[in-house]
Amino acid sequence: MVSAAINDADLRRRAWNAASQVVDPEIPVLTIADLGVLRDVAVSDGRVEVAITPTYSGCPAMNMIALEIELALERAGIHKPKIRTVLSPAWTTDWLSDDGRRKLREYGIAPPIAASSRRALFGEQQVACPQCGSDNTERLSEFGSTSCKALWRCKSCREPFDYFKCH
Amino acid sequence: MAVASIKVSETPLVLYALRRADDALILGHRLSEWCGHAPMLEEDMALANMGLDLLGQARELYSYAAKVEGKGNDEDKFAYLRDVRQYRNLLLLEQPNGDFARTIVRQFFYAALADLYWRAMMQSKDATLAAIAAKSEKESAYHVRHCAEWMVRLGDGTDESHRRAQTAIDDLWSYTGEMFAVDDSERGLIDAGIAVDSAAFHSQWIKTVTDVASEATLALPDNDWMQQGGRSGRHSEHLGHLLSELQSMQRTFPGATW
Repeated sequence: MVSAAINDADLRRRAWNAASQVVDPEIPVLTIADLGVLRDVAVSDGRVEVAITPTYSGCPAMNMIALEIELALERAGIHKPKIRTVLSPAWTTDWLSDDGRRKLREYGIAPPIAASSRRALFGEQQVACPQCGSDNTERLSEFGSTSCKALWRCKSCREPFDYFKCH
Repeated sequence: MAVASIKVSETPLVLYALRRADDALILGHRLSEWCGHAPMLEEDMALANMGLDLLGQARELYSYAAKVEGKGNDEDKFAYLRDVRQYRNLLLLEQPNGDFARTIVRQFFYAALADLYWRAMMQSKDATLAAIAAKSEKESAYHVRHCAEWMVRLGDGTDESHRRAQTAIDDLWSYTGEMFAVDDSERGLIDAGIAVDSAAFHSQWIKTVTDVASEATLALPDNDWMQQGGRSGRHSEHLGHLLSELQSMQRTFPGATW
């Protein structure tokens, strides 16, 4: 019994390590652990179950992420893992780790800022340019290349950039 | 057509989830028709993004309806293998895209309610509906803001854009009343704290729409005769055409995957 418990704990740790290395296919500098998409890894009867949560309702990356987790676990010698999608509690950009926010900025994507003005119908937010740090920026479009991003432009360095929308 | 439609056991909760799922699918499909045709690149992406949000909401709601029903149906069968009369979406959402102004007005009318509706749904005693609402609420907030900005740009823009936006409002207005209609099937769920009472948001919706219309120098019609039927499967002629395109692959090659 004791050794079975130790084996389960070891298996869980190995499974977590493997799953947490999987990156978001659209933002390959972020792992699903950085994103907060990886919620839980459980072991029962020697079988691994990985729980993930979707970021946006229609995010097409979720199917890809589930497949990548399965492959990562198989590569780590963990066979036929089960991938479960949990909806509650709902994912929020608050779950992005500090490390994840730093990686985003270095990658050229402005990390999400607090959404105090989200409710304002015609509200404007201020987003710092991830290239030069200037606050002199403008929003080009609230909808960008993926569901999680908006398109902005820096008026100081003139570079366009993606902003990871607050959610 | 090579494959028959499925049968659905529409218990109140199944019907409730299907109605919201159909709303999201049909409006999302309409938006997808704009892909590659929008007036500018940013707007092409915005319409596709909103369509994708709606498609995601539809998938979660269909999956939940399938689970509650427990008769072996799934999200794909609900979307691809129900006939027009089995669809439960609002008439407003199946109306053709028309010009860009009409698409924006239709989206604005819907999003202005969806935003309130999903936020309230987060308190549902049904954990799955509350979780779906928690995602949809954030998405709707973006949709309503985006559309409100366009309402002002179009209404307070050129004579031509004003005329088109006003025409769209006048033409679509009679479809807005259905959004606030609640039948007996939903009443029980509302009393049980599971469903949300859309009628309770009517005055708040009117206020949002009035404020934006006024900023946009547009007028709201004063006629209060409202068209109904979508919730019970009596649709305008437009839905059949939409479904024939949406369903053609699965109807012609049943079970096709790729």
